[in-house]
Amino acid sequence: MTDSAALLNKHSFIELGARQRAKALLDAGTFRELLDPFQRIMSPWLARQGVVPQADDGVVIAKGSLDGLPVVIAAIEGAFQGGSLGEVGGAKIAGALELAAEDNRNGIPTRAVLLLETGGVRLQEANLGLAAIADIHAAIVELRQYQPVVGVVAGSVGCFGGMSIAAGLCSYLLVTQEARLGLNGPQVIEQEAGLDEYDSRDRPFIWSLTGGEQRFASGLVDRYVADDVAQIRQQVGELLQQGLPTQQRSAQADLYLQRLARLDAEPQIEPATVRDLYQGERS
Amino acid sequence: MSSYSLRGLHWFDALSGDAKPVYGLPASLKVADGFLGEQPARFLAVVADPANRFARARNGEVGLLEGWGLAKAVDEVITADQGKSEKRALIAIVDVPSQAYGRREEALGIHQALAGAADSYARARLAGHAVIGLLVGKAMSGAFLAHGYQANRLIALRDPGVMVHAMGKASAARVTLRSVEELETLAASVPPMAYDIDSYASLGLLWETLSVEQIEQPTASDVNRVTECLTQAIGDVAEKGRDLSSRLGASNRAASSHVRQLLREQW
Amino acid sequence: METLSFEFPAGQPPRGRTLVGCVGSGDLEVLIQPGQPGKLTITVQTSVNGSEQRWQHLFARMFDGQTPSAMDIDIHDFGATPGVVRLRLEQGFEEIGHD
Repeated sequence: MTDSAALLNKHSFIELGARQRAKALLDAGTFRELLDPFQRIMSPWLARQGVVPQADDGVVIAKGSLDGLPVVIAAIEGAFQGGSLGEVGGAKIAGALELAAEDNRNGIPTRAVLLLETGGVRLQEANLGLAAIADIHAAIVELRQYQPVVGVVAGSVGCFGGMSIAAGLCSYLLVTQEARLGLNGPQVIEQEAGLDEYDSRDRPFIWSLTGGEQRFASGLVDRYVADDVAQIRQQVGELLQQGLPTQQRSAQADLYLQRLARLDAEPQIEPATVRDLYQGERS
Repeated sequence: MSSYSLRGLHWFDALSGDAKPVYGLPASLKVADGFLGEQPARFLAVVADPANRFARARNGEVGLLEGWGLAKAVDEVITADQGKSEKRALIAIVDVPSQAYGRREEALGIHQALAGAADSYARARLAGHAVIGLLVGKAMSGAFLAHGYQANRLIALRDPGVMVHAMGKASAARVTLRSVEELETLAASVPPMAYDIDSYASLGLLWETLSVEQIEQPTASDVNRVTECLTQAIGDVAEKGRDLSSRLGASNRAASSHVRQLLREQW
Repeated sequence: METLSFEFPAGQPPRGRTLVGCVGSGDLEVLIQPGQPGKLTITVQTSVNGSEQRWQHLFARMFDGQTPSAMDIDIHDFGATPGVVRLRLEQGFEEIGHD
């Protein structure tokens, strides 16, 4: 295949909405949505604040199979309210993960894939979003005892706030070049720490620190993939097949404390410093 | 008066009493092994460290060292108590103004450090340790997710300085394109947006709220009262299990139960 | 935000249902389900206040000179232009026609 033919054959994953992403990952004909939009389980908090709700509250829960393995997918719609999690959307994700863990206790090896495009807590539902995210954290750790939980951050929203912690709890993480992964959104860091510390308008600067390529080069994610449906699907399938990792990234406190102890925290940090510290010197 | 809160430190000192300090952790963490009545417990608090190597984490924020340090302090307990019939309770004393906001923090993956802490607390809970969160000051956002929110039971002291929220007011106003005044007006009428502890309690997430005489410097009777409550909470965990289901059921959090019920029906 | 209701004469209900769009900036979500024979109902929740006339005209023009299917349509609008609204509705009608 020539390069241009390959390019024409490429189907962007990022351009897909949450529901299409879930469908694209599952084996053909196996997609079954729970609490679909026609059931209209919507946010009880948005309309009373004058904000237009969405029929699925921005979260798609689908069961099906991926390469024949039983899977539940939770996909966040980044275009609705910045992918923010409120009470309903958060409970959909937490509840699905809780049921997947229960499946495993009953001998059904359900795995989970999280498609994360989210700014974190939806501020209109603040404390209920935060509580739901704590529930999601608990449920990931619970399910991870049995089966891998694979997180995908494709872009274009990225994964921030409490949900970046959820990403950090996943068994495996997969990102594209368009992905960003970080705790605090650039605007909030600038607000709290000042422009010198973090210029939220400087996109190259932000990507150099929190972009998918940097996160992969620093060992903070497991796979770095092109924005292509077939490639992402294949890699997610491989990770699910792999079973549980020998060592969870989030359970390596000693290793990270040793690394941080070696850092000179005085000068402002550069992307290369992180790569060297976390992955060793590169030639 | 200092620019940072001393509540966490004072409550840690008062509750842990003559407990044995745990060394080998960042100076911003106070950790000690002691007892609540007969019950062995590890007390954990994040406190201000003006000499913190990370400049953005000097006022009690949960940063890189604090996240991974909490993880280490909790992991030690899980490992040491493995296979024992009596497991130490973990008492997270919560007075955390925020996570650390900074370039170093983002670059070095503060999200992963906080995931480390949340992971350890959650695994401790699954391993059969009672994990109790005691809110004596601010419990903000990512900092609270890392230190406290994985507890089986949350107890809050009743005081205007005890507050749970997803974001500080100035940032929340900026992100939602509102003025701080507009935000405050709105928050007063929408329970999940409010900053006060009574509104938070109406969401059903707290197991208990307690009034004390001197929240900044607890009196002997304050300490007795809180110790008694912590002991009851540990007993309640032993009786009713280790998951987070006790947080569901409030009318202001009805959708969270409804969604779970529907998911189960359609699963 | 305001909630608006519209009703138009219609033929027979379609068989299927469909969802198009998303409540994203400048976009809208349209849920289409079979309705009562002879009746097309539309409920609009929109972030743009004072837009009732605009919606009325837009629908009237779309259904002018034809008898639409009997549908219950729910719209969640986040400031879409009339062009985008038309596009989404046509996309929805086409999908429902394929069922």
